[in-house]
Amino acid sequence: MSESLPKNNIFKVIGASSLGTLIEWYDFYIFGSLAVIIGHQLFPEDAGASALINTLAIFAAGFIVRPFGALVFGRLGDLIGRKYTFLLTLVLMGGSTFLIGLIPSFKSIGYAAPILVLILRLIQGLALGGEYGGAATYVAEHAPKNKRGFFTSWIQTTATLGLFLSLGIIVITKNILGAEAFGDWGWRIPFLLSILLVVVSIYIRMKMHESPMFSKLKAEGNVSKNPLKESFNNKGNFKMVLLALFGATMGQGVIWYTGQFYAQSFLENTCKLDFNDSRYILLWGIAFATPFFVVFGAWSDRVGRKWIMLSGMLLGIIFYRPIYQIFLDDTDVSKMNLTEAVYMMPNVKHELIAGTNDSLYTSTTKVILKNGASFNKVQVDTISQKNGLLPAMEMIKDKVLPTPLFWKFVGLIFFQILLVTMVYGPIAAFLVELFPTKIRYTSMSLPYHIGNGVFGGLVPFIATLIASFAGSTPLSGLWYPIGIAALSLIIGTVYLSNKRDENIND
Amino acid sequence: MMNALKKFLGLIWMVLGPLAMTFLFIQAVDKVGLAHTDIERTNTILQWGIILFIFLPISLGLMIFGFYAWKGEYDKLPESSEEI
Repeated sequence: MSESLPKNNIFKVIGASSLGTLIEWYDFYIFGSLAVIIGHQLFPEDAGASALINTLAIFAAGFIVRPFGALVFGRLGDLIGRKYTFLLTLVLMGGSTFLIGLIPSFKSIGYAAPILVLILRLIQGLALGGEYGGAATYVAEHAPKNKRGFFTSWIQTTATLGLFLSLGIIVITKNILGAEAFGDWGWRIPFLLSILLVVVSIYIRMKMHESPMFSKLKAEGNVSKNPLKESFNNKGNFKMVLLALFGATMGQGVIWYTGQFYAQSFLENTCKLDFNDSRYILLWGIAFATPFFVVFGAWSDRVGRKWIMLSGMLLGIIFYRPIYQIFLDDTDVSKMNLTEAVYMMPNVKHELIAGTNDSLYTSTTKVILKNGASFNKVQVDTISQKNGLLPAMEMIKDKVLPTPLFWKFVGLIFFQILLVTMVYGPIAAFLVELFPTKIRYTSMSLPYHIGNGVFGGLVPFIATLIASFAGSTPLSGLWYPIGIAALSLIIGTVYLSNKRDENIND
Repeated sequence: MMNALKKFLGLIWMVLGPLAMTFLFIQAVDKVGLAHTDIERTNTILQWGIILFIFLPISLGLMIFGFYAWKGEYDKLPESSEEI
């Protein structure tokens, strides 16, 4: 059946499925990319770091509900079909993203603002939980058996391309509006833009037909009566769900989020790189590495899925700490040659501390090094009526790298995303082949979203938490993804089979 | 040989589940105790509450996985979904 599908039709199927999935990832990631600004806008002004932590908690909540979305929409997809289910998830995702862009600030509506964000974020998470399994299943059920890895790998590119699109639109919007206007109101634009993308995608998806395998099941009256029960109450299937989670998706999830999310967060927050620089580095890394999703997906059709995925995990375990140590060393101002540096005229701001007669003097000096690097030295003096001048607090931020170092960082990010393509490129085909058609949507969605949503999605949150413990170093947070990837590598190596189930029409 | 290794590791996974939860619980109590102010304490409880809530069923899943491995359920994997 699927073998007879003309080549141009399969590419229409891939295109229509991928576009919608890409938009869903875009919607989901703009929130993560703008977490700091949203924290300032939607939480009390004096909350400081807690605003960021609270926002990250909401971010985590978005990921935590993904497995629930997988159950709810996976069940629907196995009952009523793939096409209508992932149309519904697209509408929910697009609508909630658009509404986040409309929420008034904390100053205007108080605690209603963070509560509304939380609710919409939960809807986003639910929708995403239902989307991916549907799209991957839909494409796999159209693909010929010897090219399943190749065709489904196009779906796999969408998560990374969604991140690329979100970063690109954020950087462009910020460059057009300027930092102040962007922080004030311009951050809403990427959210509002989503509605246009979603309308286009819904139009395209409306024209698609139901998966041939699901249509056949339906025509024969063999659609599952209770997909949740058949997926998780049947020991034979449940043990495969557990194996998929602990032997593959758990390790894949942490590799994905470390290479693409934690890396950018580390460059911006720990290394204090300039907002744009940290994003440009990631954008270039993604641009160079994305084709490898398809390379590894296609290769897995020849050599099997297992060893490609596990090799990606092994390389991450070995190289993460050396890579992040290089990031730290190369951005350490104390190791830079400042002898011929140019110090620009400081920009001084004076502001009263609310409710007191004390005031803050903030002096920002731009320092330009001979090699083209630059950074801002920020000194904050408190002038107290009672105690006079209090010791200054000095910070280094907005570091801009010299060109050779910039490309070195792009190379290191590229390598990390290459590992992502190894673990992620073949995994849709791997999951599809593990489960029978009538409960495939439900069965594959749950381990995928626990692996990615919980284990992967919590990488920035848990790594930041670990790095804040007493006695920790800036690299301590990496022990979380390294430990999880190591566990998954051992389980995958010992328990997974490298054989492919060629007939998924069962 | 390989099946013996799968069974032996199954025991480790069965133990690892509750061990991981115990470790997380001790960490949670420790970190909440370190919080100085009410706001800080609330934040810490929230963070660790989320972590414990989501990892509890997962560690239970790891125990079940270990139990299945110990019972030899993974000695021969199904080669097609018809065998499931």
